[in-house]
Amino acid sequence: MAPEALAHVLRPLHDLFRADQFPALLVGLEVSDDAAVYRVSGDVAVIQTLDFFTPVVDDPYDYGAIAAANAMSDVYAMGGEVALALNICGFPPSLPAETIAEILRGGAERVLEAGGVLAGGHTVDDEEPKYGLSVMGLVHPDRILIKGGARPGDLLALTKPLGAGLIATAAKGDAADPAHLLPAVASMKRLNREAARLAQQVGVHACTDITGFALLGHGCEMAEKSGVRLRLHLDRLPFLEGAIRYADEWLFPAGTCRNAACFGSQVGFAAEISEELRQLLFTPETSGGLLVAAPPERMDRLAAAGRGAGQPFWVVGEVTAGEGIEVVRE
Amino acid sequence: MGHGRSEPQSCRATELQGAGGRDGTGRGARGKEDGASGDGGGMSTIVDARGLACPQPVIRTRKALQAGGAVTTIVDSEISRQNVTRMAEKAGYRVLVERREDGIYLDIRQPETPGLPSGAPAAVAPAGGTLVLLVSSETMGRGDEPLGGILIRGFFHALGEVQPLPDIIIFLNSGVKLAAAGSPVLDDLRALAERGVAILSCGTCLGHFGLKEQCAVGEISNMYAIAETLLGAGKVVNL
Repeated sequence: MAPEALAHVLRPLHDLFRADQFPALLVGLEVSDDAAVYRVSGDVAVIQTLDFFTPVVDDPYDYGAIAAANAMSDVYAMGGEVALALNICGFPPSLPAETIAEILRGGAERVLEAGGVLAGGHTVDDEEPKYGLSVMGLVHPDRILIKGGARPGDLLALTKPLGAGLIATAAKGDAADPAHLLPAVASMKRLNREAARLAQQVGVHACTDITGFALLGHGCEMAEKSGVRLRLHLDRLPFLEGAIRYADEWLFPAGTCRNAACFGSQVGFAAEISEELRQLLFTPETSGGLLVAAPPERMDRLAAAGRGAGQPFWVVGEVTAGEGIEVVRE
Repeated sequence: MGHGRSEPQSCRATELQGAGGRDGTGRGARGKEDGASGDGGGMSTIVDARGLACPQPVIRTRKALQAGGAVTTIVDSEISRQNVTRMAEKAGYRVLVERREDGIYLDIRQPETPGLPSGAPAAVAPAGGTLVLLVSSETMGRGDEPLGGILIRGFFHALGEVQPLPDIIIFLNSGVKLAAAGSPVLDDLRALAERGVAILSCGTCLGHFGLKEQCAVGEISNMYAIAETLLGAGKVVNL
């Protein structure tokens, strides 16, 4: 469905569910963020989200694990913990039962690792496989991490390297080196749980996860909702090995172009940054990391705690007054 | 979360709306190389990439190019056109774009004058038919400056529509302003670059005007390379 058409059909829903009629809905259609949040009591809010997609890698177990990690990531981006998950499945009747079993096992083992429980799901026949989760998470209503809290003076950190989406797309076209795909798959399967837990523990101003809109698209949303400008240092951005090579070979998916068209006017680049690197930063990620904003002293503590826990926090930029994003070199 | 998460809501993918074009759902797994066909200047491998999402058109075109010879790739979206064109030009090929009712045809071949891949400008400018356009001023002609500005805009606009195209355009002195950010002819120059014209700006000149960071199209070059290009050219047109 075309984005404008989708926005058009969603508009009446805003009118049906007016925010003032539903005070328990803390985050929803109007205050959109990574997931919906609904307060059930003074100290418990439910985070509800769902996500599913067609295969991103050939291995069925890895596909299931990546789809599940990606779906649960929205709970982590809101600062919560996963409680309950349901499978969302569309499979061709011709798909062997053992393949389906592997996809489901990949997803279920991620839910287990997340500390949640997988309690069922729904399957329909579909021409192309689709898999994902509907996820319910929990968070204290006062501890919700939102996109809109970044303040000038904050530092920005990323918790996963960039480029997994590009490498996976190149691999689907048999254009990627298998040696590059393995670390990309490992990165996509990895939960954002530890990163979110540390962010909650230390306390951050803003948080979102990097997925389909790419670093720059999700960064633009953070900048816009926070009323600030983000400055990103290209030389500090972590990239998976191979990402820059496939960018040089111009293997970008169509989503790169759409993101650039959509967010390009809000992003300024230093003149010497090549067109390939610009496009790379607009390239959709699958199950990407968190982008967090926190004051420098807290970011120091976050990075130190992350080192102890094997969870990197790469400081990639800072928040300034203004709007949009600037990408600079040192 | 679900709605609109995977696609930006307010942006538009420009799809070709040609008569007899897409059926709206894509055409499934088309796009295999259909073999060679006689086409204008020689045999050309056809890659039908209509209905395929990027990077498939790029990957298939690249494979066909690696097999050797000229390639005609047919695409049906602006995104695919841009991506295939960029890949081919980066690899040193020349791309001609033809929009037909049933798709966008990209004719991709080695430049007739060898040695001008965009990554390695001017290092080689062998004798032969290289046509070089030397632009030493930001205006055209003498007598009236504002008029000269209007004329130069008209010139670069017309250049895209006449034959033959120059192989190389060299910007010197205040001419470098035309290749820098804010230039009124930037779009025309970018279109020329997209069609395989190498664009070189004198680095000393950019530095003189404080524009070294502002060079917005082509490559920054030096006098050694420029001299070599001029002396090796088949023909130099001095503007």
